[in-house]
Amino acid sequence: MALLTEGPRHGYQLRAEFEARTGGTWPLNVGQVYTTLQRLERDGLVEGAGAADAEGRIAYVLTDAGRAQAADWFTTPVDKTSDPRDELSIKLALGVGMEGVDIAALVQAQRSATLRQLQDYTRLKRQADDAHDLAWELVLERLIFSAESQVRWLDHVESRVRRARRAEPASATAADTERVRS
Amino acid sequence: MNTADRAVVLELRGVSRVHGEGAAEVHALRDVDLTLVEGELVAVMGPSGSGKSTLLTLLGGLDRPTSGEVFIEGQSLADLSTKKLAAMRRRSVGYVFQDLNLIPTLTAVENVGLPLELDGASRRTARRTALKSLEDVELMDLADRFPDEMSGGQQQRVAIARALVGPRRVLLADEPTGALDSQTGEAVLRVLRRRIDRGGAGLLVTHDARHAAWADRIVFLRDGQITDTTASELSAEALLGTGRHV
Ligand SMILES: Nc1ncnc2c1ncn2[C@@H]1O[C@H](COP(=O)(O)OP(=O)(O)O)[C@@H](O)[C@H]1O
Ligand SMILES: [Mg+2]
Repeated sequence: MALLTEGPRHGYQLRAEFEARTGGTWPLNVGQVYTTLQRLERDGLVEGAGAADAEGRIAYVLTDAGRAQAADWFTTPVDKTSDPRDELSIKLALGVGMEGVDIAALVQAQRSATLRQLQDYTRLKRQADDAHDLAWELVLERLIFSAESQVRWLDHVESRVRRARRAEPASATAADTERVRS
Repeated sequence: MNTADRAVVLELRGVSRVHGEGAAEVHALRDVDLTLVEGELVAVMGPSGSGKSTLLTLLGGLDRPTSGEVFIEGQSLADLSTKKLAAMRRRSVGYVFQDLNLIPTLTAVENVGLPLELDGASRRTARRTALKSLEDVELMDLADRFPDEMSGGQQQRVAIARALVGPRRVLLADEPTGALDSQTGEAVLRVLRRRIDRGGAGLLVTHDARHAAWADRIVFLRDGQITDTTASELSAEALLGTGRHV
């Protein structure tokens, strides 16, 4: 919908532009685009702009209501971006309470994997920067910042668990699980 | 990662460094192996006290290992007299620290040319070579400024230019972005990356994962040992569609 603020587009154009501007991070099929357009038309947010072209495609424009909603979308903060029930948190919460799970090794393996991702994103960012592709660069930076924050969190987990283990060397169990979860 | 066909610039073989004796003994590095080839930038991460600075001082010939060998461009440092070692250092190795990198009474181009002059080059030759090095870090325009007339990021770029001026091939950086805000730090890393792509090799100590990610490899030190090495999964060709080998 945001793309329609720039003028009339038909489904194929919307898909192509969306993917170009986000570097293909979120692939769309054209069916999804048309279903969405139909739903928006039903809700009075978009309307067809004139007749179909030679290939039978209809371009869509935003209605006034649609324009207002698109503006809203841009200015509304996104919440719940991090899900505490992700697999990594679960692995740690369970592992910390179990005999024979090497948390340091778990953390190190995850940190290496995340850093490798960070290296890949950084390479792509260099490429985007050289191509003056600001939109793609911003998407990559989002991935870079979140990978970085994961690394920092893993550093924190590691030192936190080390300290806890040192404090109660016999067995770090339920109490640690609770702390990681909270 | 295809690095086999590139010249080795820096090498540590089984290097250990013990400080102090008896009860006060500290094993700062334990049996470390590390090789850097032409065009390679390697980042070193690890908690405080893990041996990162010790690694840099050994690689730069500022300190000698308790055991093991250090090679700079194929030359074993153990074979050199103190005097030869100092000359080797001046010609081959440049440092970039967190701050206090430049001499405040010299302009940018004079700072960059200083190691050449100390090594016997004429003032004119030193200036010409220094200007070329400043061009490599995109600072030609500021050549005649004094350090206090430049931003922190620009000063670090001058330090990078000096580290790799003329025949110098080895850049050793200890938290070079530590005193900069994150955006400026990133700009310095971008310049450093481009500069190393042109030749030489660099070792970068940093605690910032985002900055480390500019390196070809990230090495983890813990209690004086390399515990892990991370290299980008995808080849540069796959990511960038160029012929660059990494
Ligand atoms: N000159 C020295 N004398 C005694 N101990 C030292 C000396 N230099 C470093 N160390 C010790 O060696 C270990 C590694 O230090 P360093 O290389 O500075 O670590 P890092 O740079 O990762 O913080 C630390 O335990 C430190 O206290
Ligand atoms: Mg240090």
